[in-house]
Amino acid sequence: MARIIVITSGKGGVGKTTCTANIGMALAKRRRKVAVIDADFGLRNLDLLLGLENRVVYTAVEVLSGQCRLEQALVKDKRFNNLVLLPAAQNRTKDAVTPDQMRQLVNALARVYEYILIDCPAGIEMGFQNAIAAAKEALIVTTPEIAAVRDADRVIGLLEANNVKRIHLIVNRLKPAMVAANDMMSVEDVQEILAVPLIGVVPDDERVIVSTNKGEPLVLSETPSMAGTAFDNIIRRLEGEKVPFQALSVPDDNFFSRLRKMLSKKVI
Amino acid sequence: MLIELLERLFPRGSDNSRQDVKRRLKLVLAHDRADLPPSVIEAMRKEILEVVSRYVELDDEATEISLENNQRATALIANLQIKRVRPRDETVVDPINAPDLTLTEPVTADSLSNDK
Repeated sequence: MARIIVITSGKGGVGKTTCTANIGMALAKRRRKVAVIDADFGLRNLDLLLGLENRVVYTAVEVLSGQCRLEQALVKDKRFNNLVLLPAAQNRTKDAVTPDQMRQLVNALARVYEYILIDCPAGIEMGFQNAIAAAKEALIVTTPEIAAVRDADRVIGLLEANNVKRIHLIVNRLKPAMVAANDMMSVEDVQEILAVPLIGVVPDDERVIVSTNKGEPLVLSETPSMAGTAFDNIIRRLEGEKVPFQALSVPDDNFFSRLRKMLSKKVI
Repeated sequence: MLIELLERLFPRGSDNSRQDVKRRLKLVLAHDRADLPPSVIEAMRKEILEVVSRYVELDDEATEISLENNQRATALIANLQIKRVRPRDETVVDPINAPDLTLTEPVTADSLSNDK
């Protein structure tokens, strides 16, 4: 049985596509047969994060209109040939496909691939309905910010209403130093509020931007990174392994912040 | 003096923006999840207070009705402070179910003959 997982968040810009690219790549590294679907018609980006933008010939729209076979539209990854991307059309809108058509595509892929990852667009309109139509599981991406958590909550409600019962939470872009200073919600805070099980915590890491610049997901990097390790841990948990959550240490502070901390504790 | 100067040099920052955001989120999510427009909640609040006030006198300042959330289940929490219990006879009569005690003047033979 293929696992059909939608990666969604409600709010835009919290890291859905980055998570999809890294989780897909990390699974491929483990020799799993993976298909990633860009469901963001009109604003596709997954091809860029995977570094496959030059290989896109056909998209899901051409497959559905019969202009090409599904096989032809799938872009094979240059590093792992067990990873394929089904690109979204860039010159169409979200109404270019229907939930039924999406189900058809996903079910066809599910016969061959072990993991189908669907990169959901932001919002809760047609694009979202398409993306979740065929999903059996969901990964909710949120950052520890008020707007992102609120939107995540809304999306969780909609997923439950659409019978997607297996829902896990990824807290992205956590800044441990800000949490320690009581200026950012902790992972526990977010989890307590959303009340869905946690599957990963990805610390804020500048190397994510460097990796997107190059079109090489962080999990491929030779030098280990905090965020890359976090994604590796997520797929191990997806596969049922018990992996303890990384202790996210606060970067060593300088003389002034230590003095400030000391003052705020000792004075008065 | 010295403490003030030091505090100005090394601002402690607001220690509670994390608590602020949690409090605000919990409130807004309770309303989002219940999917009740504020006008409906206000109407509900008014009616609840009306019903309870028939039996007890409430402290208007101290009443608090809110929606709360726990593990994705929503609850309506009403915290009503009772000033005093109304004595039996002072209980406000419900205008709909109040007994109708109006009578019409009985017609007598006398008045019939006078009309002639």
